Amino acid sequence: MAILTQDEARTLLQKVLSFSKADECEIRISGRNGGNIRYARNSVSTSGQISSMQLAVSSAFGKKKGTSTINEYDEASLVKVVRRSEDLARLAPENPEYMPFVGPQSYQPAAKTYVPATADIDAKLRADLTQQSLKVAKDANVTAAGYLEDTTSFSAILNSHGLFAYTTGTEVNFSVTLRTDDGTGSGYTSKGYNDVSLLDVQKATQTAAWKASRSVAAHALEPGKYTVILEPAAGIVLVENLYGSLDARSADEGRNFLSLPGGKTRLGEKLVDEQVNIYSDPWHEQLPTRNFDGEGLPQEKRMWIEKGVVKNLFYSRYWAQKKGVQPVPYPDGFIMSGGNMSLEDMIKGTEKGILVTRLWYIRSVDPQTLLYTGLTRDGTFYIENGVIKFPIKNFRFNESPIIMLNNLEQLGRPERVVSGEGGGIALIPPMKIRDFTFTSLSDAV
Amino acid sequence: MNRKDFISLAGMGMGGALLSGIPVFGSPVPPGKPLETVDTALKKQLADIALNAARSKGASYTDVRLGRYRNQFIITREDKVLNTVDTESYGIGIRVIAGGCWGFAATDRLDHDGIAQAAQLAVAIAKENARVQSEPVHLAPQKGYGEVNWKSPILKNGFDVPIKEKAELLLAVNAEAMRTGASFVDSALFLVNEQKYFASSDGSYIDQDIHRIWPTFTVTKIDSKTGKFETRDALSAPMGMGFEYLIPDERKKIKTVTTLYRDRYDMLEDARLAGAEAGQKQSAKSVEPGKYDLVLDPTNLWLTIHESAGHPSELDRVLGYEANFAGTSFLTLDKWRSGKFNYGSKLVNIAADKTQPGSLGAAGYDDEGVGTKEWDIIRDGVLVNYQTIRDQAQILGLNESQGCCYSQSWADVQFQRMPNISLRPGKTPLAPSDLIKNVEKGIYIIGNGSYSIDQQRYNFQFSGQLFYEIKNGKIAGMLKDVAYQANTQEFWNSCAAICDEHDYRLGGSFFDGKGQPMQISAVSHGSATTRFNGINVINTARKI
Repeated sequence: MAILTQDEARTLLQKVLSFSKADECEIRISGRNGGNIRYARNSVSTSGQISSMQLAVSSAFGKKKGTSTINEYDEASLVKVVRRSEDLARLAPENPEYMPFVGPQSYQPAAKTYVPATADIDAKLRADLTQQSLKVAKDANVTAAGYLEDTTSFSAILNSHGLFAYTTGTEVNFSVTLRTDDGTGSGYTSKGYNDVSLLDVQKATQTAAWKASRSVAAHALEPGKYTVILEPAAGIVLVENLYGSLDARSADEGRNFLSLPGGKTRLGEKLVDEQVNIYSDPWHEQLPTRNFDGEGLPQEKRMWIEKGVVKNLFYSRYWAQKKGVQPVPYPDGFIMSGGNMSLEDMIKGTEKGILVTRLWYIRSVDPQTLLYTGLTRDGTFYIENGVIKFPIKNFRFNESPIIMLNNLEQLGRPERVVSGEGGGIALIPPMKIRDFTFTSLSDAV
Repeated sequence: MNRKDFISLAGMGMGGALLSGIPVFGSPVPPGKPLETVDTALKKQLADIALNAARSKGASYTDVRLGRYRNQFIITREDKVLNTVDTESYGIGIRVIAGGCWGFAATDRLDHDGIAQAAQLAVAIAKENARVQSEPVHLAPQKGYGEVNWKSPILKNGFDVPIKEKAELLLAVNAEAMRTGASFVDSALFLVNEQKYFASSDGSYIDQDIHRIWPTFTVTKIDSKTGKFETRDALSAPMGMGFEYLIPDERKKIKTVTTLYRDRYDMLEDARLAGAEAGQKQSAKSVEPGKYDLVLDPTNLWLTIHESAGHPSELDRVLGYEANFAGTSFLTLDKWRSGKFNYGSKLVNIAADKTQPGSLGAAGYDDEGVGTKEWDIIRDGVLVNYQTIRDQAQILGLNESQGCCYSQSWADVQFQRMPNISLRPGKTPLAPSDLIKNVEKGIYIIGNGSYSIDQQRYNFQFSGQLFYEIKNGKIAGMLKDVAYQANTQEFWNSCAAICDEHDYRLGGSFFDGKGQPMQISAVSHGSATTRFNGINVINTARKI
């Protein structure tokens, strides 16, 4: 029941719409089947499965809107949910920023976001994959803590202006941390895909095991400015705070790092090194995402930063109308271009530097300069003359992705990564950066 | 619902600075809808379906959580109500032990077959995972309570207050901030009601009705000539209270360089002050980095307690259950067993308490049917205990759980979550003004700002909302660009004075995140104004 086909969704939503008496009415439905398994101390800790589906009706009279939801699907319930949303709309305050629902749209064909093999994951496969990971840990004489989660979902929108959009998708995410039994070494890997056949749990766990074993007996370096190589899992948690802040309204209002005195912004200006290209593309083979946004606007391939220049900002429909431009929807995934060089080759080409494999607890310090703080974690290594020389103790950093991407030396081959902080997905290359600012040492392993 | 969906639902768009980073769960329902409760007899009937179905499939233990979780948000900016959203989520979560292993399944299909199938699925998952299990789950004993109930002792239910009245309050708050100089103001009121029914094969049937409230705002002041902006957030606390929290009471105010609030909040006054103080921050002196004696108000210290005392004393972290996400802990078992690990100075007494009135963590029973209690974590500076639940209590040699199990909803499995963790006030009479007058070179910090700590809770960095330089015992003016960095053990050992109980106040968070999949939990932290000597302060100003 939780996953409806496109025809089933359209039929149900049309039925709900037929009960509407409002000026405008929009109905959304979404559902998911999800399963997960979590393990620690080399054993399963929790594991579960959930199934749910919900329907939301928004009705509007003029600039007054009301929304009501239900998770029962008999006719009386569907009539009730429509009437409730209409009652609410009549009582709601008029919102001067209200925008009518969007009209019919044409979408480019959907990308391959749904993979049957991922939708078929069951408790047995989750336990089997966990067993594979635990075997690697046992063989390496380290302790594993890991998590595997699979989700199959759908959503659809239909409204009184003739809009209809439907999407379905699957995701499987895996992450594992291996620690030496004496607590002096730790290593981490995370992987996320639409297609479970791409997930190699054994290989991912082996990578974490290597980092755990190699990070024992870490040396303490003085805090300061260092050349760093950020692995994609480390880079995403800083770069996502750049592309996540490309918002026209807050920039125009003067409260964003892109704001300039007198109501101007840095849109169109060179902000970072010219090697930096960040774009979104729902049809990218490695990062397929929805072809429409939450309001039904079509997604398209879009440059956000090109050769270091800010090319586009997110415009809500209200702000776009006020500024006389087209709305720009926020995409579901971002892609940062890179080169063909492997991480290993980047290390080989580094005389002195620090390899950072994971960053943790990233928090904004100053939104004016996009300054963030956080720490390295689960495997940080000193590089000398092209080889990993020894593990080092973790550092706290205070750094802005703007400053960091102005100090960019080299980009490697992009990889699909899931943010360990916000959960967003992206293709991010390994990055070599000079003068990265570490401000203190941490005893944490 | 993820953060992005929530922000879209709340009508904030990407510019919704106030709500960034806030995950909220549930689906929207109409504001003004009467609070629907489910008859206890019906809840028992539904719970028994699950208990019986799981037992018949071979579960050796089962617990059932039938929950209706309601949230209400009212979101405004300047003179506009952007959105009013009611969310509601109703369903059942069933946890079993079968073959010595946990299994969990949840469904919103609340007919007989839906519940029975979920119970059977939970047993099947447990049996499947049992082959990967290294040792069976060991539960601390818990006697069944029979049919009992507990309610938050609120005076005025926030859901009963008309939406219009709440929206008008926020608009008046915004007007006050704009009148005193704000360029922008975002404000919001969050209400939470957890109606949860717990039943277990131990013979407990526990009905609870829990309320929480959080009024908050962010004021922004822009200098149009320089393009610089400063913000000042509300000095309110999220509370385990009803709408009475928003009824000002002069006797509950503490007047220092600004006004601070204890148990009752004057949102209009705070907004008025915030509008002016955001402007003052524009011209404040940028801090000279170095060592300072810090005087931390409870509006700042609660978050430092949360991160550096609350999280490291979670036993599941100590044992490695959170190693893959939230991290482990420097408070290892050998330090506890030694009985002399000096976590802090002798002044430092930190207690866990799930019974504290008005706190976010207050409940009669936890989410695995254990009665709540109070106990010491740090006594006279020494680590003496942790926080734990039924399947880990035996590791500490305890014969009962400490009642720290919680789940954010019926759809998520319950696990160890932090109870209220608080710094006990000093026993000698001491007011904040007495404390400040003895400081030669220091900074008085009010409100919480940026926060970050490593995965074992050694190294942290915190900022704040308002910073005042202290020179020779006197407030010498406002500072900006301040953050303090320290090592947890060194920081708490530098604790030199704690004000008395008259200054004791709660701070807290609605959104403490932990676990995979990540769940949120609401928790309070009490303290009085406290002095820490010789803490490293950095300057956070940069140019881009």
